[in-house]
Amino acid sequence: MPASQTLPPDTHADPDLGEVEAILALHSGREGPLLPMLHDLQEAFGHVPAVAHAPICAALNITRAELHGVISFYHDFRNAPTGRHVVKICRSEACQAVGAEALSGRVLGMLGVGWGETTPDGRVTVEPVYCLGLCACGPAAMVDGAVRGRVRAEALVAEVAP
Amino acid sequence: MKIYVPRDAAAKALGAEDVVRAIMAEAGARGLSVEIVRTGTRGMIWLEPLVEVEQGGVRHGYGPFAPTDAAALFDGSLEGLGPVEEIPFFARQDRLTFARVGRIDPLDLADYEAHGGLVGLRRALGMDAAAVVEEVKDSGLRGRGGAGFPTGIKWETVRTAPSPRKYIVCNADEGDSGTFADRMLMEGDPFTLIEGMAIAGIAVGAEQGYVYLRSEYPDAIEVMQRAVEIARDAGVLGDVLGSGRTFDMEVRVGAGAYVCGEETSLLNSLEGKRGVVRAKPPLPALEGFLGRPTVVNNVISLATVPVIFEKGAAHYAAFGQGRSRGTMPFQIAGNVKHGGLFETAFGMSLGQLVEDVCGGTASGRPVKAVQVGGPLGAYFGTAKFDTALGYEEFDGAGGLIGHAGVVIFDDTADMLGLARFAMEFCAIESCGKCTPCRIGAVRGVETLDRIRAGDGAATELLIDLCDTMKDGSLCALGGFTPYPVMSALRQFPEEFAPAREAAE
Repeated sequence: MPASQTLPPDTHADPDLGEVEAILALHSGREGPLLPMLHDLQEAFGHVPAVAHAPICAALNITRAELHGVISFYHDFRNAPTGRHVVKICRSEACQAVGAEALSGRVLGMLGVGWGETTPDGRVTVEPVYCLGLCACGPAAMVDGAVRGRVRAEALVAEVAP
Repeated sequence: MKIYVPRDAAAKALGAEDVVRAIMAEAGARGLSVEIVRTGTRGMIWLEPLVEVEQGGVRHGYGPFAPTDAAALFDGSLEGLGPVEEIPFFARQDRLTFARVGRIDPLDLADYEAHGGLVGLRRALGMDAAAVVEEVKDSGLRGRGGAGFPTGIKWETVRTAPSPRKYIVCNADEGDSGTFADRMLMEGDPFTLIEGMAIAGIAVGAEQGYVYLRSEYPDAIEVMQRAVEIARDAGVLGDVLGSGRTFDMEVRVGAGAYVCGEETSLLNSLEGKRGVVRAKPPLPALEGFLGRPTVVNNVISLATVPVIFEKGAAHYAAFGQGRSRGTMPFQIAGNVKHGGLFETAFGMSLGQLVEDVCGGTASGRPVKAVQVGGPLGAYFGTAKFDTALGYEEFDGAGGLIGHAGVVIFDDTADMLGLARFAMEFCAIESCGKCTPCRIGAVRGVETLDRIRAGDGAATELLIDLCDTMKDGSLCALGGFTPYPVMSALRQFPEEFAPAREAAE
């Protein structure tokens, strides 16, 4: 399948220093502004671009080591863009009780990736998540931020890789 | 015609948006005018999407509602569930904290007020701060996030701490598997949380609040943020109801770290640092956010405050038993026939909740074990099903009630595998501060793999490791991971025994 013809357009712009500075400026004066800054940068660029590191350190008077420490501590923040679609599958106990392990094994197998990996065509990234609060209608998953309950592998894969 | 459809994430996950589209399309085709009100969920998740239609002032339920049911609904030929509030699962509850959830449009402040909203805040504004704290003490309310610390005593510590700036921080980083009460409350009745935080602010002299909300709950984030804006525009926040007392708040989004549900780690995260646990003392009540006195309370604790002030501490304390006063929203999940949220006074037995209220497993197989209190909670085999639901009762049975999530497993559950998962989860989520947690969890996974491979001597090592983690960790992550592991080992020892017979 010629992947390039069917892929949705990349909506994330290339990192631009001016845009980075504008985002950081939105948070000046807030108490504890680093996480909101990182979330907004990731929202704009699909990841926290390296070009933003120096401006963040300058704005908050923290070292690059401190910034690296924060970015690498949290599962949410990424150093590189994901695939066009992000599928998160819950691995927690409540979903395990209704077959989450079989589900994730099947989805990963169908897409030919491991946890945290992206399909070679750049279409789908699959990540584990530990509880979406959908514990009474599991196994649960999230597709590009939208919740799914009582998930079946075929339907989930069809949604992102038709 | 007025039709209610939940906007709760669980309803959406089961197709509520498609249902709304189908109803609108069908109504349009028939030239009918319908008003669709988006509510929270009633908490009967096995019936979602649960559509309700008002008939003679009573809301009748239809669910699980498929988009193809829309035509039959308007024809009057769709079989319904009758009045929603007479469904036994709902009718048996004592809904105090969740009284409005599922009934009202969560973002309609007038609807909120029409159902008792802001009565508590108005009453608190007429009291002096010490009396407000006293009322919370009298209610017997204890932290609903898991630790069960008396809320009024925490508030008193912050109230009497001298400081020019204090904070109310709501811990909405509910990451325990099997729990969704915080999410359901925030998506279904966000003004209750806002009102509770405003009362807390008035009580302790704090003018700023933060809700630290986990990023795994995008729908709750959206509703909470919108509700804060509405409350600010309406003068509930800011100059609180024109009283001259100031309180405002902000929603902050977490970043996927489970350990940030621990209060000191949460405070570090809120400050923009790694979510590493802090040693206590100093208590956050004295040196919390940015080193200032801070009330850190769970969503349900804060959201219960308005009803305490609306109906009085004595009314609230009349529910429950022993030192567990009031109600607890139990969340029954996993392999469950009738899963959802069941708010009830403390005291019911675990078995009654699992078998009687919830009908046992969805698979129809026998219940093997339930895990109570999230990934750090103990497994309870059916032999312990007579344990009463209460803080002390669960402690006495070697477990914890935690955030009151109950995850049901049928007889196909692999207890050794679940014990291994508890260790694996601890290894993934450890903040790294304490060695017993950071290294111990990794060794725990390896030791359980040795047991699985038939190494009988490894069991002693596992018990020793659990003791070390329990005694040597600062917070509940390392300290309580031994609960699921040891409870599985003690109650299902045959699954941890070396499988020599099979090998020979």
